Amino acid sequence: MDLTVSVLLGTFILSVLALFVFIASMAKGLFGSGGAAAVQIFDSDELGAVEDPAATKDQRGNLQQAMDPSSSASQRSASEVATRLRADQSSSLVVGVCLTLSVVWLVLASVAGLIASLKLHLPDWMVQQAWLTFGRIRPIHLNLVAYGWCSMAGIGVAMWLIPRLLKTELVGARYALAGGVLWTLGVTAGTVAIAMGHSDGLEWLEYPWQIDILLVVGGALVGFPLWLTLLQRKVAHLYVSVWYIAAGLLWFPVLFLVANWPGLHFGVQQATMNWWFAHNVLGLWFTPLGLAAAYYFIPKVLGKPIHSYNLSLLGFWSLAFFYSQVGGHHLIGGPVPSWLITISIVQSMMMVVPVVAVAINQHLTVLGNFRALIYSPTLRFIVLGTMMYTAASVQGSLQALRSVNTVTHFTHYTVAHAHLGLYGFFTMVMFGSIYFIMPRVMKWEWPYPWMISAHFWLVLGGFAIYFIGLSFGGWYQGLAMLDKDIPFMDSVRLTIPYLQARSVGGALMTLGHLVFALHFFIMAFKFGPSRLGAALLTKPKVDPVAMPAGGATA
Amino acid sequence: MSFGVGKYEMDEMRLVVGAMLILSLATALLVVMPYMLLKDTQPPPGLKPYNDQQLIGRQSYIANGCIYCHSQQPRDVAQAPDALRGWGRASVAADYAYDTPHLLGTMRTGPDLFNIGARQPSRDWHLGHLYAPRAYTPGSIMPSYPYLFEVRQGTAKPDEVVVNLPPAFAKPGQVVIAKPEVRALVDYLISLDHTYPALKAVDDMAVNRREAR
Repeated sequence: MDLTVSVLLGTFILSVLALFVFIASMAKGLFGSGGAAAVQIFDSDELGAVEDPAATKDQRGNLQQAMDPSSSASQRSASEVATRLRADQSSSLVVGVCLTLSVVWLVLASVAGLIASLKLHLPDWMVQQAWLTFGRIRPIHLNLVAYGWCSMAGIGVAMWLIPRLLKTELVGARYALAGGVLWTLGVTAGTVAIAMGHSDGLEWLEYPWQIDILLVVGGALVGFPLWLTLLQRKVAHLYVSVWYIAAGLLWFPVLFLVANWPGLHFGVQQATMNWWFAHNVLGLWFTPLGLAAAYYFIPKVLGKPIHSYNLSLLGFWSLAFFYSQVGGHHLIGGPVPSWLITISIVQSMMMVVPVVAVAINQHLTVLGNFRALIYSPTLRFIVLGTMMYTAASVQGSLQALRSVNTVTHFTHYTVAHAHLGLYGFFTMVMFGSIYFIMPRVMKWEWPYPWMISAHFWLVLGGFAIYFIGLSFGGWYQGLAMLDKDIPFMDSVRLTIPYLQARSVGGALMTLGHLVFALHFFIMAFKFGPSRLGAALLTKPKVDPVAMPAGGATA
Repeated sequence: MSFGVGKYEMDEMRLVVGAMLILSLATALLVVMPYMLLKDTQPPPGLKPYNDQQLIGRQSYIANGCIYCHSQQPRDVAQAPDALRGWGRASVAADYAYDTPHLLGTMRTGPDLFNIGARQPSRDWHLGHLYAPRAYTPGSIMPSYPYLFEVRQGTAKPDEVVVNLPPAFAKPGQVVIAKPEVRALVDYLISLDHTYPALKAVDDMAVNRREAR
């Protein structure tokens, strides 16, 4: 038996064994006090109390009515409230900086994406400048989204969650701040490099390696506060969000370093590395950060713990194990060893395990409480995001099947799928998280609730047009390419109306982002009407003498 | 650090060790194994290394993002009719012996280019097509690349390369001159010719040789 077959067999046996071990140990209840860890995110009297700083006073009242009208949790221990306030305050500078930068990147990235989309059906539009050509503005869009908006927002949200989850103050915030600065320099320099034609030529890895150093060092620095804060933690259990954040912060610098190491990769091996990276940056960086936020905010807003804490452990390890090996499905039909493709297809199907674990947890927590979505702006974005996570994951598994992939590979269908994951899931969850977090950071409420609604409906409507249009267009394109009797040009022509629809959807999404950014900066500069002052937390039952000066308005 | 938590509950050490083990396993499978299997791949006898001009052109292919619409990896005819479209036989790893960075591509908004040099060897066609794609392929959505050309009234200097556009698209009294970058790009495109005999066997030999050691 040769080496490759033994490796293949070994991996397969290991996967199945690992799965059975997990299932068996769960059946025996070996994972211990799941319940205790699940309520870790609540203060002692807080269960049943809703929390959404983005909601208006009326919305908050309705939300509480919808969830648990009898809750007496408005009476809270002063020391716990003070701890929460100190935790929020300790991270507010670094979180504020990261989220502000992320919003700037979001707007720039949307504009770049919209230009790229328009260019696909207006090929002679804005062609005089080299930096505006489709082949440069498209990677500029992708990199701004991935390393500008998504990473910065994810880091900001993670930095805010860490002290809350560990019930202590964030230690070493300055490392994260320094990391964020290096990271921002890297994204800026990388964007300029692509615009000038200095690209490494690999998708997701376009930035020249000299610039990549900034992201590797910046990314590692961002992880420091987590480890320093973990040493100070005041909680007995590590909540599921902590695992995702910690693992993500460990994985990213390693992935990025290996992938960008100059002179190491070659030819077809570089292609397998390319998709090992590009899929892992989604599975081991964005997905963990997005799920960490969803696992915190859904139960927090509703005031009830997640459905099954033990299941989340299975979800975490199976996600890490299976997701990390699926990259090869991007090369089905390509000049790569077939065992590699087979492993990736098998693991893509196995991804159903973590997806179901997450889906059960997140959807069953919300089930029966859908009225809460009407009243909570945070929840509206995040619950929609987690639904799209389930959809994107199931779609991804199916797309890895050889028969489906033969149609969808090389078409716009894949582009639509990529947006379902990074936009429908990750970006939506980040929007919701930012709506929750910013009032805490700024001690100022969102001034215009209608702008939150406008943002929501614009991006939802825009994205629906984008995704549905491009998915159908891509599928028909793929079918046309597979029919030897249809000239290739017909497969191009038939996509035009769908590409135009994508531009319409993209324009609505961009408009939504502009509304969001405007609202964000109105709030950041504390313009606009102050609705309730800064309604931060429910009132403690004793006079807040023990509270720090900054939190006195709570 | 343990706070006396249950034997099977997550703590920091378990998290770090588990996370890194899993990542190493994935890296071993998708990065290290292909590295070991492919590093001794010999270029097939029919494949020539790129010359300096072609390498400059390849850099231009990267800089202008051609890979975002064009693949360079024909699929097997059992899977897709790539060969019937004149895109060539299914490619094998050895065909990419000189291709770093790899330019396999993920989109076919335009056709596969792995054998564009064999399919369309005319330099004039490529230069004109890059300047005015729709003059050659009606309905094409490829961008035009005017910044790779110089348009001037009058005549060209003796050492300049003039683009011969189809009569309907040529403007009287105006010459379109190809800048050095686009000339190199066309050199690269024309070098994309992998029509030498199918090398599946050679490729497998390289792999097997490696394993036999």
